[in-house]
Amino acid sequence: MVIDAIRNGIVIDHIAAGKAMELYQILGLGKLDCTVAILKNVPSRKLGRKDIIKVDSNLDLDWDIIGYVDPNITVNIIVDGVRVEKRQLKLPERLTNVIRCKNPRCISSVEQELPQVFKLTDRENRVYRCLYCEAKAENR
Amino acid sequence: MRHLIDILQLTPEEIDELVAKATDIINHPAAYAHKCDGKILATLFFEPSTRTRLSFESAMLSLGGQVLGFSEAASSSAAKGESVADTVRTVSCYSDIIAMRHPKEGAPLVAAMHSLVPVINAGDGGHNHPTQTLTDLLTIHNEKGRFDHLTVGFCGDLKFGRTVHSLISAMSRYEGTRVVLVSPEELKLPSYVKTEALKKNNIEYIQTTDLSSVMPELDILYMTRVQRERFFNEEDYLRLKDSYILTPDKLTNAKPDLSILHPLPRVNEISVAVDKDPRACYFKQVRYGRYIRMALIMKLLGID
Repeated sequence: MVIDAIRNGIVIDHIAAGKAMELYQILGLGKLDCTVAILKNVPSRKLGRKDIIKVDSNLDLDWDIIGYVDPNITVNIIVDGVRVEKRQLKLPERLTNVIRCKNPRCISSVEQELPQVFKLTDRENRVYRCLYCEAKAENR
Repeated sequence: MRHLIDILQLTPEEIDELVAKATDIINHPAAYAHKCDGKILATLFFEPSTRTRLSFESAMLSLGGQVLGFSEAASSSAAKGESVADTVRTVSCYSDIIAMRHPKEGAPLVAAMHSLVPVINAGDGGHNHPTQTLTDLLTIHNEKGRFDHLTVGFCGDLKFGRTVHSLISAMSRYEGTRVVLVSPEELKLPSYVKTEALKKNNIEYIQTTDLSSVMPELDILYMTRVQRERFFNEEDYLRLKDSYILTPDKLTNAKPDLSILHPLPRVNEISVAVDKDPRACYFKQVRYGRYIRMALIMKLLGID
């Protein structure tokens, strides 16, 4: 299967197989006018199978969200057909309005327009806790 | 500007300073009677409380300051649907310091983000209650003369008991602390407190459902009430409320210098007969609560 190489845009690579649609939704790529290609179950030496997303535009993406979905993802920035940057992602220290606190006793369940903020409290075990009530975010 | 939302915002050195200041206030109350002349404390209590609110008010009045506020959400603009952020933006224009209790966890942190004056968390749901912890620490220090190398037993509702979570976090910073957790299965200490306080600080701890088997080891016994307001289900509350009742006969194998603490109010988890035991410290604890809050108000207002 052949997908055109992009001249100016972003290639989100090494997405765990099956996670591309989730990332597509979270990043709001459905709202873009440019070409977006989702490749699923691409053979990979490193992962066995992987997903890839190609975006035919140099957007300013929310790196934190991508790092949260999967810190093993790499992002390649392509300018004039040449890869000018390869970013290794990591788990972000803070997540704002990415996940919601499920604790019904948390102030974020009632306070008007309060951002949903989670902080990374245990990098090794990927534990995020609500900034307000410290409830643990459900594991992805 | 400093706020106090979580006890861990205070370093052990700052806690030592507050304990020393509170002890000096106990010994020389007249020297502090005008420290807060012209200052106003706002007590914003969105959830009923007798002890904590009166303790804050007594503390500020004893320092020469004045007090305004409300004691239940129904008599505040929250009843009209006002947000915590807007309430605090308003009240911080009328006061120099705020003490807030709220049933929602994290509400005082939201208040601190929007306040023009220092905010003290006076209890947020089942989450934190740092001034109760300061009270507990002053009691422990005055009873034992130290914070380190103590075996502290926590008994009752360790799941929703915010005072328990805060005190465990605070005591986990001292060398040689041992923690004994006594509760029914359903009210065990949440895993995050174990992970982030006990395990992170390599604190030795045991969990049990049997109080009598661990009683001889304890230097401190921290009793708690099973709180009706923390349960969504009345049946669960009724089933668990009488899990542990401390009676004089349960203390027969306890150390002679054990200190029994309780954040109060008590319902029936400590028999009234225990009150006469010299090891019962919970009414002394109430007294200490006023003095440590005086010390804290002064610290946050930058008054020496």
